[in-house]
Amino acid sequence: MTRSSAAVRPRPHPGDPLDPAAAISIRGLGKRYGEFVAVDDLDLDIHRGEIFALLGPNGAGKTTTVEICEGYRARDTGDVRVLGEDPAQGGRRWKAHLGIVLQSNSGESQLTVRETVASRADLYPDPRNPDEVLELVGLTEKARVRGQALSGGQRRRLDVALGIVGRPTLLFLDEPTTGFDPEARRQFWSLIRSLRELGTTMLLTTHYLDEAEALADRVGVISRGRLVEVAVPSLLGGRETAPALITWTEDGVRRTAETATPTAFVRELAARFPGEVPDLAVARPTLEDVYLRMIGEGR
Amino acid sequence: MTAPDVPLPSVARVFRSRAVVELKEFFRQREAVVFTLMLPVLLLVVFGAVLNFDLGNGVSFTQYFMAGIIAAGILGASLQNMAISIATERSDGTLKSLAGTPMPRSAYFVGKVVQVLAVTVAIIVILLLIGVVFYGIDLPAGSDWLTFAWVTFLGSASCTLLGIAISSLAKNGRSASATVTPFALLLQFISGVFFQFSEIPSWMQTVAAFFPLKWMAQGLRSVFLPDFMAAAEPAGSWEHGRIALVLVLWCIAGLLLCVATFRWQDRSTK
Repeated sequence: MTRSSAAVRPRPHPGDPLDPAAAISIRGLGKRYGEFVAVDDLDLDIHRGEIFALLGPNGAGKTTTVEICEGYRARDTGDVRVLGEDPAQGGRRWKAHLGIVLQSNSGESQLTVRETVASRADLYPDPRNPDEVLELVGLTEKARVRGQALSGGQRRRLDVALGIVGRPTLLFLDEPTTGFDPEARRQFWSLIRSLRELGTTMLLTTHYLDEAEALADRVGVISRGRLVEVAVPSLLGGRETAPALITWTEDGVRRTAETATPTAFVRELAARFPGEVPDLAVARPTLEDVYLRMIGEGR
Repeated sequence: MTAPDVPLPSVARVFRSRAVVELKEFFRQREAVVFTLMLPVLLLVVFGAVLNFDLGNGVSFTQYFMAGIIAAGILGASLQNMAISIATERSDGTLKSLAGTPMPRSAYFVGKVVQVLAVTVAIIVILLLIGVVFYGIDLPAGSDWLTFAWVTFLGSASCTLLGIAISSLAKNGRSASATVTPFALLLQFISGVFFQFSEIPSWMQTVAAFFPLKWMAQGLRSVFLPDFMAAAEPAGSWEHGRIALVLVLWCIAGLLLCVATFRWQDRSTK
């Protein structure tokens, strides 16, 4: 419990005023599509410089929430400020501070990778050098290849390049690594970390728990349009204090015990056996266990 | 906003950037070039070789066909090209992605208009060259060039706007192509592109008169044919005033349709 002091500020309570210093401040956000409630009374602050991961199953409301913040969708209820402005009224100046990587891949362009990035840079007041951006996303060798000839993973990296070439203060990444092989994902993670070093705030949605754990300062779990919990990844769902599960074999029978004091329990076990405790295993709930329990409760 | 903001890039710079993108996107895409640019050229070559008969009074069918194939070329460069390319860019997310940037939205349309202009001029120049070199086409003279210019301009403008509007009806580029291509072909058959307009049944002439292509072809015939041929037109004259009126009305209708229907995103599936 001592570690909770390291946790970032708690999530806002319903009725709290918007946080003007936050990169994104959301209060009482609601959105329906007909009868379907996509987002239900959501409160959230994302702080400047933070990497925030929104985790949740398909249809939970991740993309709707993100697209409302990006200005693509209108909200039904609640209040939202992104970099101090209402996204429903965000103008060109406001958009110049955002980087957006959408869920879908960009189209089959006849432009080369470098031309695509350079032409996107033309739209921004203070863009990054296109060649440096290609270096960052690992597409330097493909600079002269046309967009339509790229593989899925390369195209996704091009999407990321387009998202960051405008030197955004705030970067939205909607399932950025879907379709990546493990190595490409590791490369992408190090790209995200280097962007963090440059002070970029990031809102990331993902299906991948390891991705959230590896990258995010805080994780929000969303299920059925509701934010079930917000926490640093290691504290999610009370993971660090959850009882440990101890399993071993005794008298030919597989036994299990849940305990808050696994060390003491194992010491006791060791005293009962002359040598090694047969098939001994001590397990903490993984992030996945916690996550599945949370989205299960949300249903 | 916190930090002192660097000014946004000038609108002229963004327009130029988008125009370059659109030109590269068109001229590098083999299908677009073949379909939009080369098809009218091939048709001229084939029709010029096969159907080079005399309409009477020393006017060849090729001279007549020149007006029609240029009108069809303008239609392809504007209406078909816009409907298909914008529907494609909407369904593949290009439009949505651009809408999330600080680009002034007008820049997208400026880029498209530059593309249409470039393709239109290219088609006209190639068709005229082939017509003059291989088929002895008589080039327009004097004030006919002025008529050529305004008919091309109004026809191209109305068809571009209409193409942008039609793009919003299609699910994606492929479905836009599947709808617009047969429609354009049908229009070409009843608007006096492949046959003499006077030979077409009058009810078909009436249908054709609702759409811009018939008026574009008629205006271009007044450019390429001697004035006595006006007697073969439905009204017995070239009807320049009415051509301008119909095309301007289509421009207005097309613009209103664009404003009412244009979407930067695919229809939400959720």
